[in-house]
Amino acid sequence: MARAFQPKVLTANHLRSGAVVWRTVDGRWSADPREAELLTDEADAEVLLLKAQGEALEVIGPYLAEARPGLQGPELVHIRERLRATGPSAGLRVTQLEAL
Amino acid sequence: MYRYSDWDETFVRARVAEFSDQVERRLTGALSEDEFRPLRLMNGLYLQLHAYMLRVAVPYGTLSARQMRALAEISEKWDRGYGHFTTRQNIQFNWPKLEDVPAILSALADVEMHAIQTSGNCIRNVTTDPFAGAAADEVADPRPYAELIRQWSTDHPEFQFLPRKFKIAITGSAEDRAVIRAHDIGLRLVERDGALGFEVIVGGGLGRTPILGEVIRDFLPEADLLPYLEAVVSVYNGLGRRDNKYKARIKITVQENGIEAYRAATEARFAELRPLFGGADRAALAEIAAQFAPPAFAARDAGAFDAAYAADPVFRAWADTNLNPHIRADHAIVTVSLKAHGQAPGDASAVQMRLLADLAEEFGHGELRISQYQNVVLPHVARADLPALYARLKAAGLATANVGLVSDIIACPGLDFCALATARSIPVAQAIALHFDALKLEHEIGELELKISGCINACAHHHIGHIGILGLDRAGVENYQITLGGDPVAPSARLGDRMGPGFSAEDLIPALERLLLAYLDLRTDRSERFIDTYRRLGAEPFRAALYQTEAKANAA
Ligand code: SF4
Repeated sequence: MARAFQPKVLTANHLRSGAVVWRTVDGRWSADPREAELLTDEADAEVLLLKAQGEALEVIGPYLAEARPGLQGPELVHIRERLRATGPSAGLRVTQLEAL
Repeated sequence: MYRYSDWDETFVRARVAEFSDQVERRLTGALSEDEFRPLRLMNGLYLQLHAYMLRVAVPYGTLSARQMRALAEISEKWDRGYGHFTTRQNIQFNWPKLEDVPAILSALADVEMHAIQTSGNCIRNVTTDPFAGAAADEVADPRPYAELIRQWSTDHPEFQFLPRKFKIAITGSAEDRAVIRAHDIGLRLVERDGALGFEVIVGGGLGRTPILGEVIRDFLPEADLLPYLEAVVSVYNGLGRRDNKYKARIKITVQENGIEAYRAATEARFAELRPLFGGADRAALAEIAAQFAPPAFAARDAGAFDAAYAADPVFRAWADTNLNPHIRADHAIVTVSLKAHGQAPGDASAVQMRLLADLAEEFGHGELRISQYQNVVLPHVARADLPALYARLKAAGLATANVGLVSDIIACPGLDFCALATARSIPVAQAIALHFDALKLEHEIGELELKISGCINACAHHHIGHIGILGLDRAGVENYQITLGGDPVAPSARLGDRMGPGFSAEDLIPALERLLLAYLDLRTDRSERFIDTYRRLGAEPFRAALYQTEAKANAA
């Protein structure tokens, strides 16, 4: 039996700034993963990924990341993705970020 | 210090112009990402987890005050006001925007710096002893040779597409501070019967297959350096495995062919190449060497130092850990720790960089070094000036007295930044440093090398840490595996022994505490370092402390 498809969100880095972005329901790239569209259908997810790969002037390295439904929007499953969403968890950079 | 020749200047400016054009074409869509990626990597621009990252070469770890100030300014103007110094004596900017990179490279070129050969399958930035030209135990200054290697390897037509990246380290001292046995080629200046030459080590490297390099030539006359290096790399270029990324480093080539066969092939190639060099390299070296003449030292009475050392225990603690002997008895080499307890190892803010530049000018002949331990070194400070220097460092939070101690941790960027990481390393390093500081144990524990890598690539050299920690991903949870007994220092260099199962982030620190308390019980006295006790007793009692099991009775 085929394994059930794990829901995903589509994510990438912004070409100009390098910033982490997520694909929203209305087709934008947002810096807030809670705005991301939770993709529950594998075929839909693949189509969106292919489309994003064609948007080379906006984003680079698009891929699908596991997520699950949450109260405020999709919640990222893997710690790597959570760190991409929150930014570095420690060190000088944190205070620097707050200072910005 | 070395100043760019017209050739260097023209070359670096041309690369900036070329890359600026490539960025422009990427932003307008004339270049796809697939086409652009290798071009940006050739100019040190990576994509990391959160942003682009620009890796800038600090040639053989040497910076002038002016260059340090330029790095501070770049970090403020185009980044987030700090830089990260790495174990390869580079600096990384973690947040540049693609469209700003041409301006950054241009600002670097203004101070004779660049990001060339900090990525890709070429000969990378040559690293050396951060105390070069200042160390009391030095046979000869390795920096002129490092610069010669830089000039030879820069844009070398044969070596732009090697099977894999290639790293060379060089030291001029008996005590190895450049980790030469963990490099593709390691060079150590030695004297034999009054003649200067190199011990040449080949095939070292850590990563997923850690191997310590072996001696391929125990004495190479120094005049033969470039043709011999060219022979070693040329043999690798021919034999290296291009079919498998994980077998492509020279360490595997040497293992697969055997050191004898590799040596024979190198000698044969060397015999062909040697006559072709025709003395141009010698002339270049003579010109370079003149630029590394020692600064104009003035004799100074060290009385102020002695008085402060006797009177102030806090100054004394700093002097005991952060100073090293200089060629001149009235001077010292100062290591400024970038490891204040709780800070990210190797990070320096723009304010700190500027202060260090000022202090280098006031007290240190305008010179700075970046160490493999991710600290900053002022190589030439008169002992008489040390109390004043210390006071200035202290006021800026840069006087942490922990060089060589448990909190002087080498940590790679790990999962907080690195796209390849499997676990975080920076927060772990911070937590360990804070923990042992709170216990007030680190001076009691004494000399200890603790190194944390965030994945199997081992950028923090965990295999050769007295305590090495490797962060892994176990079903989505960070897990930390411990190796003990590694030693980075040739000739006694040794790879650590892997202990048992890894620890969760929460369990790791109590385990380390048990380990180090066990060491305090087991050592003969304070002079026996952790690594010495480990060598004397073996892994068993330490493993028992980590896993809280009974130590097996020592076999009779
Ligand atoms: S060891 Fe791994 S996680 Fe750390 S910097 Fe190197 S590649 Fe990245």
